[in-house]
Amino acid sequence: MSRAMPLRNAHTAPAAVQGRSLAWQRGLLWAVLIGFAAFFLAPLYVMVVTSLKSMDEIRGGTLLALPGTLDTSSWGKAWSTACTGTDCQGLRPFFWNSVMIVVPAVLVSTALGGINGYVLSKWKFRGSETLFAMLLFGVFMPLQVVLLPMSQVLGWLGIASSVWGLILVHLLCGLPGTTLFFRNYYAALPDELIKAAMLDGAGFWRIFTRIVLPLSTPIIVVCLIWQFTQIWNDFLFGVVFSGTASKPVTVALNNLANTTSTVKEYNVDMAAALIAGLPTLFVYIVAGRYFVRGLTAGAVKG
Amino acid sequence: MLSSAPSGARVDWLPKLVVAPSFVLGFLFIYGLILWNAYFSVSASRMLPNYEFAGIEPYLQLFASERFQVAARNLAIFGLLFIGGALVLGLLLAVLLDQKIRNEGVLRTIYLYPMALSFIVTGTAWKWILNPGLGIERTVQGWGWTNFTFDWLVDPDKAIYCVAIAGIWQSAGFVMALFLAGLRGIDNTIIQAAQVDGASLPRIYWRILIPSLRPVFFSTIMVLSHIAIKSFDLVMALTAGGPGFATDLPATYMYAMAFTRGQINLGAASATVMLATVAAIVVPYLYSELRSARR
Repeated sequence: MSRAMPLRNAHTAPAAVQGRSLAWQRGLLWAVLIGFAAFFLAPLYVMVVTSLKSMDEIRGGTLLALPGTLDTSSWGKAWSTACTGTDCQGLRPFFWNSVMIVVPAVLVSTALGGINGYVLSKWKFRGSETLFAMLLFGVFMPLQVVLLPMSQVLGWLGIASSVWGLILVHLLCGLPGTTLFFRNYYAALPDELIKAAMLDGAGFWRIFTRIVLPLSTPIIVVCLIWQFTQIWNDFLFGVVFSGTASKPVTVALNNLANTTSTVKEYNVDMAAALIAGLPTLFVYIVAGRYFVRGLTAGAVKG
Repeated sequence: MLSSAPSGARVDWLPKLVVAPSFVLGFLFIYGLILWNAYFSVSASRMLPNYEFAGIEPYLQLFASERFQVAARNLAIFGLLFIGGALVLGLLLAVLLDQKIRNEGVLRTIYLYPMALSFIVTGTAWKWILNPGLGIERTVQGWGWTNFTFDWLVDPDKAIYCVAIAGIWQSAGFVMALFLAGLRGIDNTIIQAAQVDGASLPRIYWRILIPSLRPVFFSTIMVLSHIAIKSFDLVMALTAGGPGFATDLPATYMYAMAFTRGQINLGAASATVMLATVAAIVVPYLYSELRSARR
């Protein structure tokens, strides 16, 4: 990793000049990097600062000003009494809807993806590669094509406008991605490991539970985090398939932020946005490394 | 390959049986619904699904509709700005971060966090920042430039640029992560050799390192263009397609037709057009990726 250091060859400039120009260049580099950091952080900063101001202060002050007095009342209001459309119970019920949707959808799609990936990498059969490629198209297809027919299917199954319908849709939609994660990860495990276990008489399931699964912790974490972030942040399925009582938190937030009937309370909007964003932001900060692996897996390797 | 496992026929059916339910459900979900949607797009469905065949009439109506033309033109403008902007900014950030930066991890985390949040969340702030009465405009006026105006968000001709700015903000960190991984994968001896030859650092990047990232460019453009075609949250959170339908994209057009305007067949037809566009980009990519993986 020495590519960055010698910005100039020693013999082209005296050491002192070189040192000065290096320091100057490093300073510029840092200024640019920090400038961009400010650009990326600005919306988050605005959200946090605004959520802690009173409405009077918001009307009087500017976007970037720090709050004069900390006013946390908008957080309580966003959580339990703000109006999301017609009902005024805050984000709380919808936050729990999201939890109820996310947990089963993430767990089941990860488990199925693991088994699929195991078969598609270590128990290949005639046509399995083609089947996998066909499934992979599900990662890329625009989800708009499933919206109309899926709402009919959910109606026939009797789970339209319910949390169960959303769980099912997210599960099916996540399956190609989770299969991709595990298949690529398991492809890197040496085949000899499996062969040796077979010679010892271990079968399909025994090899999976005793040898493959214990080696899978990193990819399981990647998959859980990726699916969690995707499903928690979903808006399209939420807005199309949910009913009044089963809205996920993103849809409730959008309704809250776009309610125009009453006086606009920006501090409550921002607090609500932060509440809706906190779970994924928390996971990102704690386990960002795994999130990035999930993000790049789809792009770098097909 | 373990396809012909030693234990032979006895275990041969088990792996297939195990993946069968996933594949059956997955294929029904993907291809079954694609076909079903395609049928909606040539049906007489309006407010409610109607399986009466209407031929290509919905498509003729779709391409003649001014609103869809606006959405398609917006996608072209947004797509070019978004892909170009995210590529340039992401590559710049990757090159800058590649200079042995202390706290690189912290900066990377900052540049990439927008990808971890729903745009419904961050859009709440963006809408406010770009709002003429409250956001940047008032802030800059407060700094003394009282003539400063920034009202793109409510200007039908400029609002789509706001969507592009927010889109670039959201995805540039992702592009950075891809390019940074690519740069880190380059063999150091190439760079050292160039340095021995007296090449300057910018020249090394411009002439050697960046050209060698061609595969990364390729897959990044692929991913960005399919993100652009699918963009929905971005518009819904910022402008909800407005003013009027000035910032409609095909995804928001589809939603409006199918679920609020009672034009199911038009919605389905626009979804099929979106699918065809994505397929034209992605299928050759998937094909080449899987072929090269097999080699």
